[in-house]
Amino acid sequence: MGLRRKDLLGLQDLTREEIDLILDTAESMREIIDRPVKKVPTLRGKVIVNLFYEPSTRTRNSFELAAKYLSADVQSVAVAQSSVQKGETLLDTARNLEVMGADLVIMRHSEGGAPHFLARRLRAGVVNAGDGIHEHPTQGLLDLFTIRRRKGRLSGLKVAIVGDILHSRVARSNIWGLLKYGSEVWVAGPATLLPPGLEALGVHVTHDLDEALDGADVVNVLRIQLERQQKGLFPSVHEYARFWGITPQRLAACKEDVLVLHPGPMNRGVEITSEVADSHRAAILEQVTGGVAVRMAVLYLLLGGGGTGE
Amino acid sequence: MESPTRKPKAHLMDADAIARALYRIAHEILERNKGTERLALVGIRRRGVPLARRLVARIREIEGQDVPVGVLDITLYRDDLTERSEWPQVERTEVPFPVRGRRIVLVDDVLYTGRTARAALDALLDLGRPESVQLAVLVDRGHRELPIRADYVGKNVPTSRRELVEVRLTEVDGEDGVYLFEL
Repeated sequence: MGLRRKDLLGLQDLTREEIDLILDTAESMREIIDRPVKKVPTLRGKVIVNLFYEPSTRTRNSFELAAKYLSADVQSVAVAQSSVQKGETLLDTARNLEVMGADLVIMRHSEGGAPHFLARRLRAGVVNAGDGIHEHPTQGLLDLFTIRRRKGRLSGLKVAIVGDILHSRVARSNIWGLLKYGSEVWVAGPATLLPPGLEALGVHVTHDLDEALDGADVVNVLRIQLERQQKGLFPSVHEYARFWGITPQRLAACKEDVLVLHPGPMNRGVEITSEVADSHRAAILEQVTGGVAVRMAVLYLLLGGGGTGE
Repeated sequence: MESPTRKPKAHLMDADAIARALYRIAHEILERNKGTERLALVGIRRRGVPLARRLVARIREIEGQDVPVGVLDITLYRDDLTERSEWPQVERTEVPFPVRGRRIVLVDDVLYTGRTARAALDALLDLGRPESVQLAVLVDRGHRELPIRADYVGKNVPTSRRELVEVRLTEVDGEDGVYLFEL
């Protein structure tokens, strides 16, 4: 059984069965990361291109390692030094990579929908590694993977997503994924960082952090991008930390075995205190390992050659 | 292995025959390795796994010694992935002992082209460097495409390529038996 699609663009259009398949496959991939020889020959001869129009050390390295562990050849395009700077369009760049033999393009772009645009035009598969403020499906999947490992299930949980929901593609992917499993999703943040219309998706929206945390099984703490602060979306970092920062005292409202997630990199002392981040309740480094496993699973399932049912 | 709906052409082994073959193989393993020192069995998913567990139980009966047993999933080592119509589900490899320096007996149900055994060798060698690797199979049906030979064979069955050998085991299929089908 494979994913019957050539692209992974978001969690919104994945079925629950497809997500289950990716997470189950990632469980098997997780074992390879712990081996002394972290390499299997599965994708030998396949070419994967990392096309990142925005800097992202963590996601890019995670995809790169995932590809290498499966023996694919991986090429990272440094867009800043590429022909894009000479005025080449996105489509021309990707077409050039395709005729050079790329089987899969992993793409990060500041514009929402950019990977969808490419996916419709390329024979090669496209994986969305974050588009604008839209989706970041592999981050969403690795969060689901971490929750499932720690909690044993994804259904019937109360999950609070806290912070800058407006600019967070992670939040969107999490919401789509968790709702498919029937979890109760709460989002909480300052009014300036909550987009309108979230309720229509079926999530609970609140400006009261304690209400969101009350009885929560999982708290997903979003990163505050400090550059947003310059735009005046919240008065000061200090004030944000005071009202929205996740501290041990705040976690007292949650279930005793609450699981704390953070997509990284963390601003310690702003959205999360070190006490929480370094506690046994947090799974922040587990998320990073799980991220490699989930990306291995996605690459394996998408690069199915003739087996994708096309 | 998909079970054909047609009737089998022949019933090659029944439960007793399987039990006797495994008992003999257990003896042969002990004889060749002069006991259980540094010995370990690794079953190839899927039906190699219950066979490896049964062999370990026989060895315990004969020798009074426990031999470690592992499970190998070779999906990620197949060389025909892109030729398959369905992308196989990856299962977990669980070898809970260091492979290095061990005498490993790989166990599978049917030896046919040899591609599964080759993939299993690759998978095993990625886990460490064993002292030696031996191969035990319940049925050898011939038609090798690679230079691979089993050290222990339950039953040699000359077959045509248009036939299918199906091993059924209680742990997986609810019954013990080996059947020959016409494809």
